[in-house]
Amino acid sequence: MAKFNVLDHNLVPEHHIVSEEEEKEILKELNIDKEFLPKISPNDPAIKALEAVHGKIKEGTIIKIVRKSPTMGHSVYYRVVASEVFK
Amino acid sequence: MMGISKRISSIKFALLSPDEIRKLSQVKVITADTYDDDGYPIEHGLMDLHMGVIEPGLRCATCGGKVDECPGHFGHIELAMPVVHVGFVKEIKMFLDATCRSCGRIKLTDDEIRSYLPEIQKMDFETGDPEDIEILTKKYVDLASQRMVCPHCGAQQSKIILDKPTTFREEGTNVKITPKEIRERLERIPDDDLIFFGFNPKTARPEWMVLTVLPVPPINVRPSITLETGERSEDDLTHKLVDIIRISQRLRESRDNGSPQLIIEDLWDLLQFHVTTYFDNQTPGIPPARHRSGRALKTLVQRLKGKEGRFRSNLSGKRVNFSSRTVISPEPYLSVNEVGVPERAARELTVPVTVNQFNIDEMRELIKRGRNPRDQFGRYVTGVNYVIRPDGRRIKITDQNAAENAERIDIGWTVERQLMEGDIVLFNRQPSLHRMSMMGHTVRILPGQTFRFNLAVCTPYNADFDGDEMNLHVIQKEEARAEARIIMKVQEQIMSPRFGGPIIGGIHDHVTALFLLTHNNPRYTHEEMVHIMAYLEPDLLPDAKIENGVKYYYGRDIFSTILPKGLNVRFRSKLCSGSSEKCEFEDDPADTYVEIVDGKLIHGTIDEAAVSPFSGAIIDKIFRKFGSQEAARFIDRMTRLAVGFITYRGFSTGISDYDIPESAVARIEELVVQAEERINKLIETFKRGELQPAPGRSVEDTLEMEILSEAGVVRDESGKIASSYLGLKVPSVIMARSGARATMLNISEVAGIVGQQSVRGGRLNRGYYNRTLPHFKRGDIGADARGFVRSSYMTGLNPTEYFFHSIGGREGLVDTAVRTSRSGYMQRRLINAFEDLKVDDSREVKDTVGSLIQIRYGEDGIDPTRSARGKAVDMNYILFDEGRR
Repeated sequence: MAKFNVLDHNLVPEHHIVSEEEEKEILKELNIDKEFLPKISPNDPAIKALEAVHGKIKEGTIIKIVRKSPTMGHSVYYRVVASEVFK
Repeated sequence: MMGISKRISSIKFALLSPDEIRKLSQVKVITADTYDDDGYPIEHGLMDLHMGVIEPGLRCATCGGKVDECPGHFGHIELAMPVVHVGFVKEIKMFLDATCRSCGRIKLTDDEIRSYLPEIQKMDFETGDPEDIEILTKKYVDLASQRMVCPHCGAQQSKIILDKPTTFREEGTNVKITPKEIRERLERIPDDDLIFFGFNPKTARPEWMVLTVLPVPPINVRPSITLETGERSEDDLTHKLVDIIRISQRLRESRDNGSPQLIIEDLWDLLQFHVTTYFDNQTPGIPPARHRSGRALKTLVQRLKGKEGRFRSNLSGKRVNFSSRTVISPEPYLSVNEVGVPERAARELTVPVTVNQFNIDEMRELIKRGRNPRDQFGRYVTGVNYVIRPDGRRIKITDQNAAENAERIDIGWTVERQLMEGDIVLFNRQPSLHRMSMMGHTVRILPGQTFRFNLAVCTPYNADFDGDEMNLHVIQKEEARAEARIIMKVQEQIMSPRFGGPIIGGIHDHVTALFLLTHNNPRYTHEEMVHIMAYLEPDLLPDAKIENGVKYYYGRDIFSTILPKGLNVRFRSKLCSGSSEKCEFEDDPADTYVEIVDGKLIHGTIDEAAVSPFSGAIIDKIFRKFGSQEAARFIDRMTRLAVGFITYRGFSTGISDYDIPESAVARIEELVVQAEERINKLIETFKRGELQPAPGRSVEDTLEMEILSEAGVVRDESGKIASSYLGLKVPSVIMARSGARATMLNISEVAGIVGQQSVRGGRLNRGYYNRTLPHFKRGDIGADARGFVRSSYMTGLNPTEYFFHSIGGREGLVDTAVRTSRSGYMQRRLINAFEDLKVDDSREVKDTVGSLIQIRYGEDGIDPTRSARGKAVDMNYILFDEGRR
C-alpha cells in the first residue's frame, strides 16, 4: 500500500512545530509551566509525519494543533512531545 | 494516638505461623464457658478480661484500658488435633500434588530445577504482577504433578483426590489422609523448593495452612449483648468458638484415654466441621452451622462478603441522618419548586437553629409548643424535638418539660426545630445519573403518607408513580441552604446541561390539554372559560370577542393569559412535522406553525414542541428572556391550566379509536397480498440466480434487504391508509400527533398491520433446522415463515405470528437490560475519570494537579446549558424577537 501522510487526512487537524520564541510567548500567555501542558507521544502518527518533513523532533517541543470547530471556526491547542504520559 | 497521621507505603500478606499466633495471644483459652454465675468473665474462658472489655466499669487485664480505650487483644486455642484451613484447600492440594509423598521434594528433576531457578528468582515478588508469577508457578506445578515417580528418591507416587471441601485421599484407596499426615508431608518440603510454588518460606511455610493453633479474636470484635430481660446473648463467632473448644477438649480426652479409633475419627471430623464453618459458613458441601433458632450463623467470611458485608456496606457505603424516604405521588397544584412532605416525616426531620438575640423569643415560642403542636384547626404547626446546650448536651423536649426548657434557653444554644413550610430540602431519586437527579425543593406539609410533586418534574428524576420511592434530605447548615436555593432549586435546573434546552415541562395530559385548547382555536362561553381558568388565579381575564351579542373566549386567548408580556417566538409545532400539509411560516393552511407576539398566541397549535421537556420552545425562550423565576411560574400555571381544562372538557381513549371501515381493511389486505407477491417474485428471481446483488453485498444479503424494505413499505402504506380514516377527532390520534404519548406507528400497528418482526436488524431465521418453526417447510424463506405479521393488534395475531412477535419483543427487553448495565458502568468510569476536572475563571479546564486539559472549555468556551441547543446563538429567534419591538 502506498504510504499515506496522516496529516493530509481531512479528519486529522493541522499540526505545527512551535519555535522557541513562540514557545516562550505561548507559555507566558497561558501562564503555565511546560510540564502542565497536555502531552503527545513521540510515537504519535502525527509526530512521525512531521518528523518525515522536519527531521527528529526533540522531547519537550511544543506542537500547535489547529482544530476545526463548528462553533469557533477553528480552535488552537498545544501539546508537548513527551514519552512519559503518566506523571 | 490523636493527631498522628501515617502513610502506608506497602502492605504485605503472609500466613500466620503457630508460633506467631501464640506470641500474638494474651491468653490461652481452655474453657468453653463465658461468664460465671455473677456475670463476671471466667478466666481462660472465651470472655477472659485479657482479650478486652465491653462492660463499663471493668478494666482490660492486658492494657488496663477502659471500654473505649482498650482496642482488644487476641487469645488462642490449642487444637487437640490439626485441622485443614478451608481457605487454603486449593494450595494444600497443589503442594500434595507436586511434591513427593515420602521425601517431600518438588517432583522436578535436578536439571529442571537448575534451568527454572533463575527465571523464577528473577521475578519480583513484592511489586511484580501476581499474574506473571502465577503463570510461572503454574507451569512448574503442572509439570511436577504429572510425575508418578519421584526423581529424587524414586518413590512411587499416587494421585491425590480432594473430596470437597476438606478431605484428601490417595487415588484407588478409600482411606483419607488425615490432616496430621498432610501436615507432616507439608513439613517435609524443603525451604529451597518453595520458591517454585511462589511461596516465601520466611512468611509462609505450607504446613501453616494446617491449623494446630487457632487465634481467638478480641472481644470487641464479638461483643455479647444484654437483652432487656437481663439475658446475655453471645455473638455468632463466640458460639462457634465455644463449639470448637468443646469438641477439641472431647477429642483430647478420647485420644488420651485410648478410645476406639472410630470415635476419635468422628470427633476429629466434627472439629474440622466446626473450624471450617467458623471461617466460612457457606462452604459448599457442608451444611451451614445453625443457631438454636434455626438461623444460619454469620461467621468470618459472611462478615466481609457481599452487599451486606464490611466492604460494600460499611467501608464503601455511608448512611446519613436527617433524611427520609417514602413513596411518591403526583400533586398538580404544587409548584415545580415545591415538594409535599407528609406530616409524620416533617415531625421527625429537624433543622438546627442557633439561638441569638434576634430569634430568642421566637425560639422560646417554638419550644413552648412541644413536640406535637397543632393550630386551632388541627393543622400541622412546627414544634421542637431537641435543644442542645452550648456544651453539646442534648435535651429531649417533651410536652411536660417544654415550658421549662423554653425558659432555660439562652443565646448560643441550638434548637432542633421540626420542618416548616418554606424550608429548603434536597429531593433525590436513584439512580442519580445527572445533576437533575437531586434538586432543591421548598417544603409544603401535606396530609397523607407520600412525598408529592408537580408532574413537570417527573422527567429530570425519571420518576413515575407505579410505586417509586424517593429520598429527602434536610439541609443542616446555612451555607448549604444558600447554595441549594441559588443553584440547586428546581427552577435553576430547568435548562439541561446536556443539550441546552428545557428538561422540565408539560407531559402527557398537559400536552393533550393544550393541544385541544389551542388547535383550530375553539371558543368557549364565559361560564366555560371561568371553569377552565378556575385553578389559575389569573390576574387578567382573556380578551372576549362578542359575536351575535354573546361574549366568547377563544382557546388561544385563554392560553395567552399564562404567557409573560413581551415574549416573541415563532416555531413549528409538532403537529407540523407529522403532516404532509404545507406549513411554512407565512403560508399555513393547516394552522400548525406557532407565532407568539408580545405574550399573545396569534397563531398555531400548542403541543409537544411548545411545552414539553427536551423540545419545549416556549419554556426555552421564557427562561432565556425572563429568567428562571418566570419560567417556573409559566410551568406552574401551564400545568394548572392544562389540568383545569382537561378535567373540565374530559378526555378518554378506547378500543373504538381504531375502528376503520371494511373498505379500508380490504385495501390493507390488498396491499399485503401485493407485497407478498412481490416478495415471492424476489425469492423466485433469487432462486433462479438472477437477482442482481446491490453494491458491496452478497446476493443473499441483497434479497434480505429487498424483502425487508418491501415489508417496511407495506407497513407504512397500511399505516397511511389506516390513519387516513382516523382523523384529529380520534383521541389516540390526538395523543400521537400532539406528542403526548405514542406515535402514529403504534396506531398503525393497532389498526393496520403489525409488520415484519426482526432480531438484530434482520428477519427471523433461527430456531429449527432451516426453518423457524415446524409449521413451515424446510428452506421456506417466504414472508410468513420469516416473521412477517400480517394481522393487526385489533384483529389479533395467529399462533405463529404471536410467537414471532414475542421473539422480537424479547430482543427489546434484552437490549434495555444489557444497555442499562453497560452504559451505567461506562458512565461510572467517565465520572471517575472526570471528577477532579474544573473549569476556572478564564474557562481553562485543569485537573487538581494543575495540568491543563483544555485551553477553553469544550474548545469554544461555550456552556452547553446556556447554549441554544449546542449553538452559541439562535439567530432566527433573535431576529424575530428584535423585529417585534
